Amino acid sequence: MSKPIKIKKGLNIPLQGEAEKILNSASRSAKYGVCPPDFHGLTPKMLVKEGDKVEAGTPLFFDKYNEEIFYTSPVSGVFSDLVRGDKRRILRVTIDADGADNHVDFGAADPLQLSREEIVKKLLKSGLWPAIRQRPYSVVANPQESPKAIFVSAFDSAPLGADLDFILNGQEQEFQTGLNALSKLTDGKVHLGVHAENTLNRGFTEAKNVVVNRFTGPHPAGNVGIQIHHVDPINKGDIVWYAGVQHVIMIGRLFEKGIYDAAKIIALTGSEVLNPRYYKVIQGARIEDVVQNNVRVEADIRPRYISGDVLTGTKAALNDYLRFYHDQITIIPEGDKPEIFGWIAPNIDKFSISRSFPAFLMPWRKFRLNTNIRSGERPFVVTGVYEKVLPMDIMPMQLLKSIMINDIDMMEKLGIYEVSPEDFALCEYVCPSKIDIQDTIRDGLDVIRKEFA
Amino acid sequence: MKALINLIEKLEPNFHKGGRFEKLYRTFEAFQTLLYVKGDVTRSGSHIRDAIDMKRTMFHVIIALIPPLLFGIWNVGYQHYKAIGLEVDFIDQVIFGLTKVLPIIIVSYVSGLAVEFMFASARDHEVNEGFLVSGMLIPLVIPVTTPLWMVAVATVFAVVIGKEVFGGTGMNILNPALLARAFLFFAYPAYLSGEVWVYDALQEGQQFVDGYSGATALAVMFSGEGNMPSDFDMFFGFIPGSIGETSTFAILLGAIVLVATGIGSFKIMASVFLGGLFMGWILNIFAVNDFMAMPAYKHLIMGGFAFGAVYMATDPVSASQTNTGKYIYGIMIGVLTVLIRVLNPAYPEGMMLAILFMNVFAPLIDHYVVEANIKKRLKRMKKVRIQTQV
Repeated sequence: MSKPIKIKKGLNIPLQGEAEKILNSASRSAKYGVCPPDFHGLTPKMLVKEGDKVEAGTPLFFDKYNEEIFYTSPVSGVFSDLVRGDKRRILRVTIDADGADNHVDFGAADPLQLSREEIVKKLLKSGLWPAIRQRPYSVVANPQESPKAIFVSAFDSAPLGADLDFILNGQEQEFQTGLNALSKLTDGKVHLGVHAENTLNRGFTEAKNVVVNRFTGPHPAGNVGIQIHHVDPINKGDIVWYAGVQHVIMIGRLFEKGIYDAAKIIALTGSEVLNPRYYKVIQGARIEDVVQNNVRVEADIRPRYISGDVLTGTKAALNDYLRFYHDQITIIPEGDKPEIFGWIAPNIDKFSISRSFPAFLMPWRKFRLNTNIRSGERPFVVTGVYEKVLPMDIMPMQLLKSIMINDIDMMEKLGIYEVSPEDFALCEYVCPSKIDIQDTIRDGLDVIRKEFA
Repeated sequence: MKALINLIEKLEPNFHKGGRFEKLYRTFEAFQTLLYVKGDVTRSGSHIRDAIDMKRTMFHVIIALIPPLLFGIWNVGYQHYKAIGLEVDFIDQVIFGLTKVLPIIIVSYVSGLAVEFMFASARDHEVNEGFLVSGMLIPLVIPVTTPLWMVAVATVFAVVIGKEVFGGTGMNILNPALLARAFLFFAYPAYLSGEVWVYDALQEGQQFVDGYSGATALAVMFSGEGNMPSDFDMFFGFIPGSIGETSTFAILLGAIVLVATGIGSFKIMASVFLGGLFMGWILNIFAVNDFMAMPAYKHLIMGGFAFGAVYMATDPVSASQTNTGKYIYGIMIGVLTVLIRVLNPAYPEGMMLAILFMNVFAPLIDHYVVEANIKKRLKRMKKVRIQTQV
């Protein structure tokens, strides 16, 4: 076995509400949703009209600037409505499920026997292509390009992240088929990043047609961006693709059964969940139907529902949907109450990377953290904090400043191609100046993408 | 307490746009956020945020400044009564010190914060917490003999020219507190030469004891006249000097607070001390006079060395911002301080000038550290290109 890559920098935020390894079936939702904003930079063109009948795998819309990429319905039913936001941007496409589980048949096949073109075509048609994203930019991959490598991270190190070992149980075969399909998409290698100690499922550690890289260390060691940086870093002009484990499983099902089966297992986590557990759902399920009767009710405390983890997830309402790339729903308390002398009090119930709070004296303690931002935004003052949680050979503050002043040349030199907002999520968390760092990184990526488009 | 918050929130609309006290909004907000953390929640990006903020960061520096401040207050009284040859109680020494030091602190805070509030309102941004620390640092780095009006002038100069013209806290090149001292040093050199740094306005019937000079250890060493205090006195600070700088011991207590909480940069502190020791040692080797031959460690306990290393050089805004740069920056401060002290014929104290000088050079150091990172990335790319061509 190869020597593990030790990630030294980073931070595990000790939150309450880790999911117990018990699998429940969530009740089927009456409504499912596909949310175009999940796919950054997408301009959807609708293919169905309200009232149209759809099956699981029926295209709902496609990308205006890349007409091959279809986005399909996860369930069978009726396309019921469209929610638009500012500038008529489509926010949600809703399907009223009929519970019949009719699937469009794309034809089963062994991916190892297929050509690259056939595999790409199948993925595009089925609506599973958007599961494959690319670096730089962290956007849906361009099927016309060929990546130098494909990365899959087999562990989620994010706060309260789902245990992918547990999720993979019983789906090892589909996962391997999915990897086989991915391996045909690149001339380079498919890299599977596992945790050197915690990943035990043989479906990961003994996966075939891939290079297994072992990692140890705190979050963000499980982020695919960090793994790419340490295994095969991205230089200007390089393209690397990546996909999540559950999407690889779905790709596997597509080739084994010929259908778009969007079932996935998600972790319901967070301090406001009564019984944090795993749930079997279909991608796009309504959050309400997953969390029902499982939320702590306390007078004065409003819960915040998040699709995804607390660092990178999307704020959601109860009638919102589980987002495309998320394996987790987190519920934490809103922090909308003022705190008298909150900045000076000892604050034993708060967590901080700085040792100015007593939290560091209680390493065993888990915290019930809320969404209070704690201060207005300030300019950069404190230095050396971001460097503690970013395990990349990148100068975070200098890169952020180059983005803020829109210096494209400097952004390139400082490695903008290697980063993604999620890799900087911890920097944003620890920032004492409360700067919106993930948004800043996204702005920088957008500027570069536009410049070279 | 809840009622108080409710009252404040009820008053708030008066300060909003169109309200009666619209112009005072930033002032209102500053006091409001000082009283309580507002119930503002995250809107984008990370849903939870680290509990630390600027106020708490700055507050910890203030805590770290308490030991030298308390010692300084006592020492002002102690030195005064020693100078006039009176034996008095500890309490009397402290009371005397308080009557001299407190006015300076108040003048420094009032004049500096007034400027800060004006600029925050004019530019419509939140009042930054940076001055909470600067306002305490300024009194601690000047002699107790400085007239109050000079303190006010120097503070206003430091805040306006040192900070606000660059865009406020976080944008300044020079350390504002040191700039205030440098202003006094060049504008009113008689007060900061280090010759008489004991409160010396005598009342009727009082007179200095025979042979008493009131000169700082550096001035003694520099001129070669007077008696050098013992190492013990210099380390614990029973010597004349600027209010907060004399006791290396008290400063080290503060350093422990800064390093333990992770708020002050240990890299910088340690490098400054190492740089000073190293340069002192070099000068020892080539010693041609008493000052050069003085054991290197004495530099660390004399004058403002320790205070500068712990509280001034570590200012994150004016220091080098890269991790590697911090070592270079710190070592250079130590080296330059000793160099200026010993070899410069005009001033006996080098700490202030060394830090200001390195403040100016910090961006250059960072530039080269960043360039090294960029070169590494370019080299990696070239290597890959060559491999793929073969």
